[in-house]
Amino acid sequence: MLSSYAITIGTIIVIQAIAVCGLNVIVGFAGQISLGHAAFFGIGAYTSAILTVKAGLSFWTALPIVIAIGGLIGLMLGLPSIRVREDFLAITTIGINFIVEALFRYIPFFGGALGIGGIPRIMLFDIRMKGIPFFFLCLFFLCIVILICWWFTRSWASLAFYAIREEETAASAMGISPVRFKLLAFVMGTSMAALSGSLYAHYMQFINAGDFSFPVSVGFLSMLVLGGIGTIWGPVIGTVILGVLPELFRPLVDYRILFYTLLLLVMIRFQPGGLLGEKSLVKNILSRTFKRC
Amino acid sequence: MFLEVKGLHVSYGDIEAVSGVDFYLEKGELVSIIGANGAGKTTILNCVMGIIPPKEGAIIFKGKEITGIPDFERARMGIRIVPERSRVFPRLTVYENLLTGFYRIRDREKFSERLSWLYEVFPVLRNRQGQLASTLSGGEQQQLSIARALISNPELLLVDEVSMGLMPKLVDQVFEILKRLNEEHGLTILLVEQNAYASLNISKRAYVLETGTCVLEGDAHELMSNPEVKEVYLGN
Ligand SMILES: Nc1ncnc2c1ncn2[C@@H]1O[C@H](COP(=O)(O)OP(=O)(O)OP(=O)(O)O)[C@@H](O)[C@H]1O
Ligand SMILES: [Mg+2]
Repeated sequence: MLSSYAITIGTIIVIQAIAVCGLNVIVGFAGQISLGHAAFFGIGAYTSAILTVKAGLSFWTALPIVIAIGGLIGLMLGLPSIRVREDFLAITTIGINFIVEALFRYIPFFGGALGIGGIPRIMLFDIRMKGIPFFFLCLFFLCIVILICWWFTRSWASLAFYAIREEETAASAMGISPVRFKLLAFVMGTSMAALSGSLYAHYMQFINAGDFSFPVSVGFLSMLVLGGIGTIWGPVIGTVILGVLPELFRPLVDYRILFYTLLLLVMIRFQPGGLLGEKSLVKNILSRTFKRC
Repeated sequence: MFLEVKGLHVSYGDIEAVSGVDFYLEKGELVSIIGANGAGKTTILNCVMGIIPPKEGAIIFKGKEITGIPDFERARMGIRIVPERSRVFPRLTVYENLLTGFYRIRDREKFSERLSWLYEVFPVLRNRQGQLASTLSGGEQQQLSIARALISNPELLLVDEVSMGLMPKLVDQVFEILKRLNEEHGLTILLVEQNAYASLNISKRAYVLETGTCVLEGDAHELMSNPEVKEVYLGN
């Protein structure tokens, strides 16, 4: 019998994995750095909370709107961001994160410092989704997101993304519009973050600006970098490991942000491909071990 | 006129690399621009492709001014470039590299048709289909770059220093291919070359570029017998 504690951890991990998959589309597929992904996670959560609590919509009616708004804001913020240089993009996305968090915190419409409470649980087949059923609902959404990412890597778009990342000028002269593809990645990635945020809101039933602060973005990026940027399963593996570790070593909880940052630096220095990426030590060791068996 | 470039000025910062160049191409012509290192040949080609913006001047393609149009749209209008130093996508396979050249063209049948034609022209590419482009030799990458530009069936092909890094036999072969494309398929080609002899030999007309300005122009074979050209570019 699974304890409710384990289910809680599992559910949060699955929800976060959805956001990290979205980040992977932006960072991994399109090669655009984003240090403000939690902003879009928050936009999804707040949009769904407001639509359900204040406008009385159901989660399901709100969902397409949430995803569309997440994508639309991603598009609006992506437009100017994409034209700036990489280091500026990092700063710009951090800025976006702080601004969005501040808006949530200081504008009364978003509940101010108190946040928004009383967010209804998701109803499915007349069942209020919580515990194990909610976990599976989230897992279902994660599967869809992974499928989309997988389809993406098989499609034309991934070829275009590869071409743009490697030789942007040559790709552009081949008829591949870099701006268009980068925006596509931004829209896909931020929509996924919004979906994840929505699930988070209806799971916690209470949200607060602090849930979507900059350290959360750093966390997402650490998970992605640990698992493997640009891979299909990397975001999931990274999220699982970083979700479970602090539960096993309690002291980590207090130093979570420090741990994330250190991990990020170490990974980028020594294993930029992540656990599942190219030249991965772990993958090498595993494949060697299996060959020997 | 098929392509017309008028009063082209291009600067990199304070340095003016091209200062007032005019030239044109009729449909179906093969025209060369020859000139020494740093004369501004690559700059002109990149400007026609739309990779770099001109400071002044107009580029007119098929009667339409395209000066402000970005490169990816020019590519869709049928202009393709074989860039200097090939610029293939190193971590894509040979086949995938060719696919990128076919972007936005949905006709699968056309693709396989042109692919098998290109594999016939460049047999080495067929043998290396599944190999990463980064593992090809320089000359092979050059061939891939040509094939990638040709697969879309362009109307205007811009070729920058295609002979660079190719062995003599392949140089002849590639020039032969360009000549055939021009004569048999009516492809309009603008050729930029250090290898002045080979390029003038297959060209109808040519322009001679010296530090950003055009100093001579005319029939390619007449230019070949011009004493000045002979001395400076043909080395005899
Ligand atoms: N990106 C750049 N920034 C600054 N100057 C440049 C740049 N590209 C070219 N130049 C300068 O512009 C001039 C023309 O260069 P370009 O590459 O067009 O010459 P080229 O005729 O193609 O020479 P080559 O035969 O060596 O390829 C040169 O003096 C070069 O130094
Ligand atoms: Mg050049």
